[in-house]
Amino acid sequence: MKDVYITKLEKTRAEILVSLKEQKTCITICGGTGCHAYGCLKVAKAFEDEIKKQNLQELVDVRTTGCHGFCERGPIVVIQPDGIFYQRVQITDIKEVIAETIKNKKIIERLLYVDPRTKERIIQEKEVPFYKKQKRIIFGNNGFIDPKDIRDYIALDGYKALAKVLFDMTSEEVIEEIKGSGLRGRGGAGFLTGRKWEICRAANSEVKYIICNADEGDPGAYMDRSLLEGNPHSVIEGMIIGAYAIGASEGFIYVRVEYPLAVNNVTIALDQAKKFSLLGHSILGSEFNFDIHVFRGAGAFVSGEETSLMASIEGRRAFPRQRPPFPALEGLWGKPTNINNVETWANVPLIINKGADWYSQIGTKKSKGTKIFSLVGKINNTGLVEVPMGITLKEIIYDIGGGIKENKKFKAVQTGGPSGGCIPAEKLDLPIDFDTLIKAGSMMGSGGMIVMDEETCMVDVARYFLNFTQEESCGKCVPCRLGTRQFVEILTRITQGKGEEGDIKKLEDLSESTKAGSLCGLGQTAPNPVLTTLRYFRNEYEAHINKKACPALVCKDLIAYYIEPEKCVGCLLCLKNCPVDAISGERKKVHVIDQELCIKCGACFDICPPKVMAVSKYTGRKKDRMIKKASR
Amino acid sequence: MRKIFSEFSPDQRELIHIIHKVQKEYGYIPPERISEISRHLKISESEIFGVLTFYKTFTLEPRGKHLITICMGTACHVRGAPAILDEFRRRLGIEPGETTEDKLFTLETVNCVGACALGPIVISDGTYHGQMKMREVEKVLKKYKNEKAG
Repeated sequence: MKDVYITKLEKTRAEILVSLKEQKTCITICGGTGCHAYGCLKVAKAFEDEIKKQNLQELVDVRTTGCHGFCERGPIVVIQPDGIFYQRVQITDIKEVIAETIKNKKIIERLLYVDPRTKERIIQEKEVPFYKKQKRIIFGNNGFIDPKDIRDYIALDGYKALAKVLFDMTSEEVIEEIKGSGLRGRGGAGFLTGRKWEICRAANSEVKYIICNADEGDPGAYMDRSLLEGNPHSVIEGMIIGAYAIGASEGFIYVRVEYPLAVNNVTIALDQAKKFSLLGHSILGSEFNFDIHVFRGAGAFVSGEETSLMASIEGRRAFPRQRPPFPALEGLWGKPTNINNVETWANVPLIINKGADWYSQIGTKKSKGTKIFSLVGKINNTGLVEVPMGITLKEIIYDIGGGIKENKKFKAVQTGGPSGGCIPAEKLDLPIDFDTLIKAGSMMGSGGMIVMDEETCMVDVARYFLNFTQEESCGKCVPCRLGTRQFVEILTRITQGKGEEGDIKKLEDLSESTKAGSLCGLGQTAPNPVLTTLRYFRNEYEAHINKKACPALVCKDLIAYYIEPEKCVGCLLCLKNCPVDAISGERKKVHVIDQELCIKCGACFDICPPKVMAVSKYTGRKKDRMIKKASR
Repeated sequence: MRKIFSEFSPDQRELIHIIHKVQKEYGYIPPERISEISRHLKISESEIFGVLTFYKTFTLEPRGKHLITICMGTACHVRGAPAILDEFRRRLGIEPGETTEDKLFTLETVNCVGACALGPIVISDGTYHGQMKMREVEKVLKKYKNEKAG
């Protein structure tokens, strides 16, 4: 039996490889969520239609792939095998791409990426600075794979690791290999994966479960989504290997309901895996049986916490519970359960294929391998980046990210989501791994990296996160339920200019008690955004409280908009766009904002042409002076 | 309902799946369906009520004809999502979670849709509007405004 399936798998692989060797031109279109929003599906459809119209199907393939990561530049089109990288491709460009690039082998300069620093136009994807410093061992295949076609994954050595594990390795050997690699959980806490498996394997039970935690709730992090959407089989293969090592017979992928494309692609992938006998009864003809179900979450951040997640699968409210007992011993329905994050699972086949020694060469002493970060916020090159552990923040933000938008000044980078913290400019040389981030007061978390510039108010950011945790607190523990509410009240007061002396001390005390008195990670880490901003940006809190000023000019109650008379050209643009008719003036005459009527929406500030820039924001004493001046 | 029940075994583990299905079918959870689910799964109505009010996705009120969702993720926040939300609140005259009187619009916020490169993002009936500006808010609404509520 075994030989039949293995032969079938290898035969499929060989067939696909032969067809690939024919070097047919392939137009790949990024189908990640970012590009979806830019309209990539229409672009893909237009390519297909045009290819058909011109009768080129024999020569050219069109393939919608997983996320390429460079979301800022979508829709992204890469033409293989040459790797020509076209960005921001519109439907109107398609005829030209086919006529010029496909038929005449000519590059269309206009669609190339321009390096903002050297002004050089870059042809190949791998030469784009955004990709150059990355090490895309997990994420790299996304751009080649059609996630809805298992054959694409098989062609790239897919399920080879599974065959190796099933027929050449014992469960113990698999666990040893994972332990040897030094892989740590990518969900946030960074526990050693191999050790976790070992504990679960040793647990005495007939029934065991495996869970893939794809409840990626951290705002600003979306690498799990892109992996599941773009390369679902790498996660599934990892899970099957894990199940074999632990001795589990049933698995669950818990996906956020906000990720419909991920649910769709992973469901298709599971069906296809079953057809290839990679799931279900007697996998690849071995004695091993294992099946995976998809579970759609229902919109609760706390369900990303492992005990809450299991309660949710059981059909209950996602309340966390006391640990121990840990899920490895008593998890889903009281049975030993191993739960890992999406990215962790995707690392597993790679470690089996290439070996623990190879893997452990990447990264730092205690954090091995790569990590995918979502680089977002006020950064030029927004997107998903995969880098070796130990790379510095500076390299990520400036070399890969291309620096701060509109050449503004870098202020901080927020990592670790609502449980993490803000890291200031003086720490830019920090090599990133699990431990250095904790030392800096933040954490790896799931890998969100939100870049903030001088126009981001740190008190407002802290308020934002506490508001988030307050809304998402499940309410079980009093210090979390009421503590987060107190945080929000105090921080809101401060941002409204109603801060009092002693507020900072109150925030610090409250942090202590919330941390100490909460059961799960949500409450224990909720004060982190406040603590790190207090640690690095205390002066901003003091300015809000003592001077009633918001240095970043963000907090509405502390700022005023003002039209500079010497700059205003009287174009009526702001006047027409003011939603509350607070601006008066005539054509070619200076406009004035009525501060009483102004709701500080910023519409005038946004609309004033960059050449004119007559609308300014003021805070603190300067604001009071300006208001006085204007009322005269 | 009978059709929905036929797909799921009478076990608590199916509860969330069933609620998803009911919401898809009706657009919300009609209160009278709760007792039917209760009878099918043999769990108390209060427990079902607890579950469906715990999770944000589920709603006991019918939604408007068009759903406007504003992403309030961190990346969108630092790029100005609060101002966009304010503008929608002002123009529609409702708070997040509410539906306009004419039943045309429901306004909702979400904590992150994972398309952070395009922030601030607004989703109207499944269509993504990336890099939203204040002045584009009206454009988004205009498309639907001339319709009558269904």
